[in-house]
Amino acid sequence: MAIVYLILAPVLGGLIAGIDRKLTARMQGRVGPPILQPFYDVAKLFEKEDVTVTPSQNFYILSYLVFMAVTGALFFAGEDLLLLIFAFTLAHIFIVLGAYAAYSPYSYVGAERELITLMAYEPMIILTAIGLYLVTGSFYVETIATSQVPVILYLPGVFLGFLTVLTIKLRKSPFDISTSHHAHQELVKGLTTEFSGATLAKIEIAHWYETVVLLGIVYLFFGFNPLLGLAVIVVAYILEIFIDNTFSRMKWQMTMKSGWGSAAILGFLNLVVLYYFYLGV
Amino acid sequence: MNELIFLIAFPTIIAFILLLLSNNRIRYAIVALAALVISAASIYLLATSYARGTVYYTVPFEPASQMMFAIEMGIALLLLWLGIRFKQYIAVLLVLAQSALIVYYEFAMSHGMDPVKNLFFDQFSIIMAMIIGIIGSLIAVYAVSYMQTYHGHHPEVRDRRRFFFFVTFIFLAAMFGLVFSNNLLWVFFFWEITTLASFLLIGYAESEEATNNAFLALKMNLLGGIAFAGAILYLASADPAGGLLELDALIASGQAMAIVPAVLISFAGLTKAAQMPFSGWLVGAMVAPTPVSALLHSSTMVKAGVYIIVRFAPVLAGSLAGISIAMVGAVTFLVASGIAISQSNAKKVLAYSTIANLGLIVACAGVGTYKLVWAAILLIIFHAIAKSLLFLCVGTVEHRTGSRDIEDMDGLIVRMPRLAAMMFVGIAGMFLAPFGMLISKWAAIEGFIDAPFGLIFVTILAFGGALTVFFWSKWMGKIISVTPYGEKIEGTISRQKWVVLTTLTALTVLAALFFPLISSGLIEPYLLGTFGETARLAQDNIIIMVLMISLLLILPFSLPFYAKGGKKMPAYMCGRPVTTDLKFAGSAGIERTMTTRNYYFTEYFGEGRLLRVANPLCILLILLAGAILAGAIL
Repeated sequence: MAIVYLILAPVLGGLIAGIDRKLTARMQGRVGPPILQPFYDVAKLFEKEDVTVTPSQNFYILSYLVFMAVTGALFFAGEDLLLLIFAFTLAHIFIVLGAYAAYSPYSYVGAERELITLMAYEPMIILTAIGLYLVTGSFYVETIATSQVPVILYLPGVFLGFLTVLTIKLRKSPFDISTSHHAHQELVKGLTTEFSGATLAKIEIAHWYETVVLLGIVYLFFGFNPLLGLAVIVVAYILEIFIDNTFSRMKWQMTMKSGWGSAAILGFLNLVVLYYFYLGV
Repeated sequence: MNELIFLIAFPTIIAFILLLLSNNRIRYAIVALAALVISAASIYLLATSYARGTVYYTVPFEPASQMMFAIEMGIALLLLWLGIRFKQYIAVLLVLAQSALIVYYEFAMSHGMDPVKNLFFDQFSIIMAMIIGIIGSLIAVYAVSYMQTYHGHHPEVRDRRRFFFFVTFIFLAAMFGLVFSNNLLWVFFFWEITTLASFLLIGYAESEEATNNAFLALKMNLLGGIAFAGAILYLASADPAGGLLELDALIASGQAMAIVPAVLISFAGLTKAAQMPFSGWLVGAMVAPTPVSALLHSSTMVKAGVYIIVRFAPVLAGSLAGISIAMVGAVTFLVASGIAISQSNAKKVLAYSTIANLGLIVACAGVGTYKLVWAAILLIIFHAIAKSLLFLCVGTVEHRTGSRDIEDMDGLIVRMPRLAAMMFVGIAGMFLAPFGMLISKWAAIEGFIDAPFGLIFVTILAFGGALTVFFWSKWMGKIISVTPYGEKIEGTISRQKWVVLTTLTALTVLAALFFPLISSGLIEPYLLGTFGETARLAQDNIIIMVLMISLLLILPFSLPFYAKGGKKMPAYMCGRPVTTDLKFAGSAGIERTMTTRNYYFTEYFGEGRLLRVANPLCILLILLAGAILAGAIL
């Protein structure tokens, strides 16, 4: 599974990105690019001249891509959810470091903001893993995914909380404070300002890998019924696109409040109920 | 037994030799030699004894205790004199109170008491001995070179280096004594010596600030000392034969008997480990020269505090008092991590992160299940290594650049590449997978889930962990920013310092690679002996982590590949004309320099703001533990 993931995830992730752009365009009353456009973009990026502010930034981005792929591989190999959350964080730290390394005002602000989002979503992600453990008795993705327990019934709050931070993680508006795909904004391209050519292509590919893992986590709530799981993934992603197009960017304070708020209210309360009433501890 | 006595006596002898020497080169030779001998002796202890389990030694009690009593009284007199001289009357009162308890014990209760098994070691004490012996003596080696530069930079400070190294080695000896003593009276004796040693070292500069902060540390630790003395009095009255003064007998006597002294001594541990509301002394201790901070944070003082709480974990486990002590730790972890975000002084960030990590250890030990004790011991080990490395890096940077502010560490990778790389490893060691601290936090999460009130602890860990990621990463980002200006200023760092820094960096990586060995050779046998059960991470997780570390070690080799070829361009400045050193044309033709600053969010995570909530909360929790105790006694 892990090897299949390493090969297919970029394809799938790229397709999702293409569909995302198409749907977004339709919601905005435009025609939109072809669905394969993200692949054309990335292919073109690879042909561009290698331009950097400092060569070391490319090293961090390579590490980002490698560890993002490792994270996904761990997920699809059915490994420990906590371990892969930590690997996930490690991967993200690398892209942030790449932005810092360039020592440019826009990428610097982007890096700081990316750290804020990291801080905002991390508690909820960990609580998600905890919730899945409490219901299925295991941290292993394999056990959780094949569990016959209708996880979602026990963890509705955690699921909603996860969807909230998913918006942050996918860098969708209103939480695209560190970088966004849209044209000129107050921080230019933020985190990714100083990256171009093959390096920017690697960031794109890493993002595709990431999308697939994140949607994979959505599936874990519905492992008892694979078809339902896939349907929910589709609905969830369309919902994210919808949110992306209906909200304008908010300040970082809102990102923190949404991330921590959902963790504290949706996540924690759900777990309290689960812990003390269902499990009878 | 000889190796234990050697480890206590040898540093003491060295201390007295160093007191007599004023020549810096001879001092360096002796400190380096002593460091080698002490490290070798602790490694020898490990090699010969790790498989022997717990071994007790009978040491004649009477003469040693009389000597200790005499020294304690001498210390009390010294502190009284200092307290009166500096008009620190609260400290005077506390010294008087504590001495009264000790004198009362000595004259009214000590008769007929004759604990037999006075010295001991088990795997846990061996781990502590390794931390004290190797990391502690590495810091001492570093300090020789550091103090020379220090006095060059601070002509206003009286040169008392003889005294400095005397106290340092006494400190190490006392730490060895503390972890090898099975007799609570002896533990208490060494406990008080560490309090005194840190008091003297914090006040080294003799400035008003240093003196005040030294007394702050003294007062808070004396509070703990009084609780400790109270525990001894309680035990002496509960068992006039003195059998319960033996640590092993006390812990084995079960919760009903041991909970009162366990909580009292854990309270002493909280003060020594700088948990809220006592965190102030460790932050104040930052006025001391940096090697002192490194010593206090990694291998001595605060580690003594958590050591004793982890020792009593089996007694605390499953008790409400234990939970409230654990809660003090958890709140401290969360709040100190938050405060660290608002600090730009590197030493203060390190201080708050120490307080936070100690909080996590206390939380683990207070809940006290075998899984959590496993996590706690791992935390102690990894924290000792990475934190000492970071302190010594910051000390070196401060001497070279004249600032310990993180904002001034812009582009350290350009100015001091080797040092920045070491600092990078140290910071990674504190929070990133697959390094040690993260493994321990992970173990803590897994341990808390199955423990009572576990969900609350797990949630606190999830939030606190996110805060940690923020303040460490932004510091990391600062040092690796490749600034277009700045010249290399690394050349003049002395060889001694490089040796110490390189060793600690290597240890940080090696400990992460070989932690399964540390776990199976030392921690698991200790848990098996104490709890009858043992914990470890799953085999495939360990393999994955070793692979991740290998990947991290291999990836930097791609750097030279990027260095050649490729076009270098100045950073994007929104179309402004920019010079190579990032000066741009501002409005009205003024030339401005581009600067970057990290976020500190003082309005959210400010020290005052968060402490105002956390201190009362922790006091309440401690009072709760006290109330539960009072209930137990009555």
